[in-house]
Formats: sequence, structure tokens, C-alpha cells
Amino acid sequence: MVKQIDMSVNVGGIAMQNPVTVASGTFGYGMEYSQLIDIRHLGAVTVKGVRLQPWPGNKLPRHAEVPGGLVNAIGLQGPGVDRFITDYMPPLQEAGVPVIVNIWGTSEEEYAEVAARLDGVSGVAGVEINVSCPNVKEGGNAFGTDPLLVSSLVRAVRRSTKLPIIPKLAPNVPAIAVFARAAAEAGADALSLINTIPAMVIDVETRRPVLSNIVGGLSGPAIHPVAVKLVWEAAQAVRIPIIAMGGITGPQQALEFMIAGATAVAVGTANFIDPTTALRVIEGIANYCVRHGYSAAREISGTVIVEKSK
Amino acid sequence: MVVYDAIVKRQSQLTAQYYQLILEAPAVAEQARPGQFVHVKVNGLDDAALRRPFSIYNAADGMLAIVYKTVGRGTALLPLLRVGDVLSVIGPLGNGFPEVSADCVPLAIGGGYGVAPLSFLARKSGRRGTLLVGARTENDLLCLDDFEELGWDVMVTTQDGSQGAQGVVTDLLDGWLAKHKDVVPEVFACGPSGMLQAVGERALGAGIKAWLSLDRRMICGVGACLACVQQLRRPDGSEWTGRVCHDGPVFEAREVIW
Repeated sequence: MVKQIDMSVNVGGIAMQNPVTVASGTFGYGMEYSQLIDIRHLGAVTVKGVRLQPWPGNKLPRHAEVPGGLVNAIGLQGPGVDRFITDYMPPLQEAGVPVIVNIWGTSEEEYAEVAARLDGVSGVAGVEINVSCPNVKEGGNAFGTDPLLVSSLVRAVRRSTKLPIIPKLAPNVPAIAVFARAAAEAGADALSLINTIPAMVIDVETRRPVLSNIVGGLSGPAIHPVAVKLVWEAAQAVRIPIIAMGGITGPQQALEFMIAGATAVAVGTANFIDPTTALRVIEGIANYCVRHGYSAAREISGTVIVEKSK
Repeated sequence: MVVYDAIVKRQSQLTAQYYQLILEAPAVAEQARPGQFVHVKVNGLDDAALRRPFSIYNAADGMLAIVYKTVGRGTALLPLLRVGDVLSVIGPLGNGFPEVSADCVPLAIGGGYGVAPLSFLARKSGRRGTLLVGARTENDLLCLDDFEELGWDVMVTTQDGSQGAQGVVTDLLDGWLAKHKDVVPEVFACGPSGMLQAVGERALGAGIKAWLSLDRRMICGVGACLACVQQLRRPDGSEWTGRVCHDGPVFEAREVIW
């Protein structure tokens, strides 16, 4: 008889039944995948980014497959926060799974207003602040690559909502610790990292960029070791929990993130290829606990052993 | 819609670049309707390789058939599949074609291997109709026997004149419409975007319905990622952005904003 593993984690006030969510933009608004997997088994559902108003996103082509990953420039197409609440939240409320809503805007005021409107909405467990989308000209990465702007933005959102707030940090910065600390000191309850890595693909026959947006964000297995390094560095810099993402295709990569210091993980691009990935990761983490004698999944976090060289 | 480990039952080469793949996948086949597609994880590609969407060519008795052309690094690997291999498929996906209206004559219009879902439609419809098919060369003509066996009229055109009249499929459509003013056709079309747009314009001009199966590069196949969006028009004239994978791939010509 295998003893029961306590899989629950608490991510800055968000109680999750297990440490596994899905990455924003890779799981729609949750229900798209509900015929393929039982989304109630996820620790949380993180939905696609919403801003104050509906947003059309970029022209096609919006993606390019590359070895080891995917470059996308969807451009944050979405229904706007009000329609998100009325049209997309009800089935998630019925499913009873905690929902983390990724938010964005082109000004601090917009971010703050979106967060305020989500405050008190049944089922919304937290707000992930997208300060790092490479695919919109304003907002997104414009905030995420300056620690003062991150700090100011997080403060603005902090003032506007009582929900747990989770800035999603950009990977393309010289020192992630600076950004992690800036976000934590500004009142973040947790951190998400990493977002996609800015990237570009060229069609050599036409000599034109493949994406209509010219540049996009790289996701998938190719970015996983980059993400592990950044999660490890951020985990040493702050005490708030980290949701780690970037190239998880199975339990192995999720465990690396947790050992590096993450409290929870998000499955992203792999959802597109194998929609059962998140469920396999949950099972794999539980099995790892059994094999290594842990009674709770949270005991894995931050157990990386780094020998000091003499 | 299910994720299913299908088993390869048979594979045959149709012409130089075209293959038919038959999979045992009862959970998918039982639900499949003409115009729907399956999203296939190609064995032998790396972990990050996306699934590839294929129209369903036939579905019966627990078996699922697709027709594909070797055009890229994914389809290049499919001919290596052997009987008994396991292939992960998600499907059936998308909305598919509607049933042929009782008061209309079915008029199928295919470009290249776009005839594959039309064959499924012809078989399921129980009706006799006409297939107009356009292809680059005679080597790109596929599945025509299916239609002839069902008693359908088949008219062929090729861009190089290697079979049928030299031209494009809309030439056949213009001729057909001019000659059959006494009947009301309902068009079911699948092929490249340029062909679909041209077919749609003629349908609008002639005041007939045309169901167009759009082909777009996809990521998720289930409406989550927003990579295959299409601008569409509602009957009241308002616009919306649909997802070809989830809201389509079949749209009526009046809906599509090219």
C-alpha cells in the first residue's frame, strides 16, 4: 500500500491541490481542453491574457515550428476582461478549479483596472501580471525589461486588488534577481517565470520573416535549461513562491524546476502536442515523492544540492 | 473528441507524393463526420514537433482513413509507418460539412487532395451529384474512382492539361453553372485558399450556398491557441474572429472575409 502523498501547495495565497497548472496562452480559457482531459485534476487553470478591452491580436502567420520549440506571435487576442468574466468564467466556476487570470495592458492604470474588475469574481484565485509578452508593441515586454517599471506596475496592481498577484517575468534581462526582488518588494505574492524568449524566424526562399509580427516568443523544450537557471537564481533572491514554466514535457522537467526552487510549475507548449502532459506531470511528481521518501510534494522545492568548489 | 492511440492497419501509395493511411481508431471513427479532421502526432519527430491536421477521408467500422501528400518534415516521415505502429490522434475535430439540403443537388469542388473529405461527404450523403476537380497535373488527381463508384459525374481539369481540359476548377464551375440553370446546387469545396475564395465569389454571384473547408496552419487544433484565426461575418453584418480548427474548418461563403 503506497502511502498518500500530500500534493497540495500554497502559491502566495492560492491553495492548489497539486503543484501543476498550465501556462497562459497554451490552454485557452480552460474549456477548450475539457473534452480531452479532466481539468478539475489541475492545481489551477491559468487562462490566456486579458486586458480592459477586446483585442484582435496579430495577423497570420502567428507561429513557426522550430527544432525544439515553437515561435509564436499570437498578440494577446482576447475578449476583454468584462466579457471574460461573463462568458468564460462560468464553466470554470462550475468546474471548481482555481483560476489564475493573466492580465496585461498598455498603461499602469489599465493593468490596475483589469485587476480591480477581477477582484471578488467567484473562482478567480489570483492574477498573473504579464510584464513580459514579446508580441505586443506597447505593454508587455516594455514594462518587463526595466526593474523600476516592474516595481511601479506591481505597486499599482497591488493597490487595486486583494487577490494574490503574480508578476510573470521576462527571461531576457541581465540579472533576474534584480527583477525578482523588485517585484517582491513591490508587493508581489509570487512570481511566474519564464515567459517566452524573444525570437525570429526567416524564410530563406523569400528572405522574409515567417511571422507577420516579424518577431515572436520561443517556447518549448529548447528553453527549459534557460528557465531552470533563471528559476534557480530567482529562488535564491526572494522568499515568495515561484511558479516555473518553460519547456515542460513530462515529470522530469517539472521536478527540475521544483528542485531548483519552484513551488509550482506550469505546462505550456506541451499541451498542444500531448494534452495529457499536465496530468502525467502530477502523477510523476507523486511517484517521485514515493521513490524519494517525501510525504509532501512541497518538500521537493529548493532541494538542489550545489557543492561549493574549494 | 478524444486523444487516441490509433494502430496503423494499412498504408498505400496513391501516386508519386500521395498516400492513403488507414488507422484502427474506433473512438474517433464512430464520431467522425465529413469535413472534420484529425490532429496527428508524427512518430519520429522531436518532442516539440506540433501535431499535423488531416481531413478525414473515410471512417467506417472502427477504421479511419486519411490521404496525405509528403510536403514537409512531418509528412516526410509518415510513409515510414508500418502495420501495427501506434500513432496518437486527436479527433474528430472541427464542425464538418452540413448535410446536403434535400432540395439541392450536391456539387463538390476539390483542389488537389482536397477531394479527400469530399469523397467522405459523397459516400455519407447517399446522394448523387457532381465532382469538379482541379489539379496541377494528372499525378495530383486522387480518389476519382470513389465518386464514379457512387454514380457521381466527375469533371477534371489540370493546370498543365495532362488530363482533362487545361485550366482551373473555376472554369469547370462557370461552365457547369451556365449549363444547369434549371437546378439549384449546393457547393461543398475543399482546396487551397485561392480556389476557395474564387469558388465563394462565384457562389455569391450565382446566389447559391457554398460550404468552404479552409486550410490553415494550426497549433492546438481545439481552439485554445488562436493560431488559425479567420475574420468572419455574421448574417447581421457584424464581424467576428473565428478559429478555423474549432469554429470551422467549414464556413459558408457568405461568412468568410478574405
